[in-house]
Amino acid sequence: MLSITDLSKVYKTGTRALDGVSLTVDKPQVVAIIGSSGAGKSTLIRCINRLVEPTAGQICLNDLDVTTLSRRELRKARRRMGMIFQEYNLVERLTVMENLLSGRLGYVSLWQAYRRNYPPHDIAAAFELLDRVGLNGYQDTRADELSGGQRQRVGIARALMQQPDLLLVDEPTASLDPKTSRQIMRLLCELAQERGTPALVNIHDVGLAQDFSDRIIGLSGAKIVFDGHPSELDANALTAIYGEEDWSATIRKVEDEDTKRENDMKTFEQEGAAG
Amino acid sequence: MSARATPTTWKPPRLIAHPYYRHGFTILAIAYLIWSVGSLDIDWTRASHGLPRAADMFARMVPPDFGRWQLLVKGMIESVQMALAASLFGMMLAIPLGLCAARNLAPLPVYLVGRALLAITRTFHEVIIAIFFVKIFGFGPLAGILTLVVASMSFIGKMLAEDIENLPPGQMEAVRATGASFPKMLLYAIQPQILPRYLGVSIYRLDANIRHSTVVGIVGAGGIGQVLAASFSRYDYDFSLAILITIVALVFLGEFFSHWVRARLR
Repeated sequence: MLSITDLSKVYKTGTRALDGVSLTVDKPQVVAIIGSSGAGKSTLIRCINRLVEPTAGQICLNDLDVTTLSRRELRKARRRMGMIFQEYNLVERLTVMENLLSGRLGYVSLWQAYRRNYPPHDIAAAFELLDRVGLNGYQDTRADELSGGQRQRVGIARALMQQPDLLLVDEPTASLDPKTSRQIMRLLCELAQERGTPALVNIHDVGLAQDFSDRIIGLSGAKIVFDGHPSELDANALTAIYGEEDWSATIRKVEDEDTKRENDMKTFEQEGAAG
Repeated sequence: MSARATPTTWKPPRLIAHPYYRHGFTILAIAYLIWSVGSLDIDWTRASHGLPRAADMFARMVPPDFGRWQLLVKGMIESVQMALAASLFGMMLAIPLGLCAARNLAPLPVYLVGRALLAITRTFHEVIIAIFFVKIFGFGPLAGILTLVVASMSFIGKMLAEDIENLPPGQMEAVRATGASFPKMLLYAIQPQILPRYLGVSIYRLDANIRHSTVVGIVGAGGIGQVLAASFSRYDYDFSLAILITIVALVFLGEFFSHWVRARLR
């Protein structure tokens, strides 16, 4: 599905953000990317849809080499990659519906986009997604009237409107409180699973990464230093990623996992769309 | 207790750290003030001769003479028409200019051309531009309209460019990431965020154009200003006062309108 080979990025300032990074995602799974600030997480995600131009290396999405595309071809390729941001990046003066429909901008003409004249199946898909993320009835609300959690739900829905082959998620919970963070991560992972869409998720919170991802990649100093199942993430791995620290409190206790999941499910059912 | 004594006083760092430079600047500033007052060279006798002349002029101004109201109304309508037309065309021309002069949208060469255009058109005062256009197109409202179009375009364009540059980059990034082309990005990420400010600035400019349309008339560019200049040169001071009163009323109206509209744009 996605294969990255020897990807490097050196910024104009001389900062080496990525140094020969290679990774393959060959099945629909949620891949959490962890690492300290400046380790290259954001750069990695932004290189894939070329919001940041890679310096060297190859990125293939479904056998399409993204790095060599012309601007026109790149726009076409971007339609297949949904992106979710830390600061939600909704257009604040537009309604929730307009923000959702902006996920279809690559498929309509300029005139249709201006007239907000989208095909019926796009409108139907938008209403279905709105319902699915728990924002039923919010279509005419302006994005700047929503809470942080609600905004991120719109952000997720906008990305899914693209019916992407890949989700690129940049710190989805860093601006949210702990409870909303869990709800958003759960929603994101459920939707990725339902639709069989692989997701790359940059995340600061090691606990969230362990709870919700199928695989964890650790970046340190522009290189991959860990790649494995969440249960393999031990004190040694965390030290390799972040440096020396007492990790005993961070590492998830495996026997607690099931009860924690159950409790999460209960609170999720209770709160439902309220969050 | 720690071995080192904890400081109990603290002063903010000085703007100019070095005392020589600091006191030097103060002395220079005082010297300049004394020199500039001394070099003003006011001729007090001439000023005192002016006073009775002023009194005479004001005496001949009252009562204001609205007798030639047809001329007054005609000039007034011409001024308002000039202001409206200039605002409309200025608004339209400001959009491409503003987009070109926004660093986060335009490539460097386009940006430099856009900024240069803004800088050149803003360098000259309306009156100077009006003199140019009067020389080219002759006396009358066409020169006045063109003057105000140029001034409005650069004013609104500059505001637009600055507002676009201040937009958070994330929203543009998000819309671009969906695969949207540049024009679609303008439509979905820029236009909705910029529109209220753009309309607000344009309405303010309409209000300013009403004021300026009276000024550019004085150099012959049409409108009520031209009527006013003519009345002054013919010593019809009572008619001049009538014109001035009407201008004040018009500007007040424009101000009210502009305030009323902008309060509703939030």
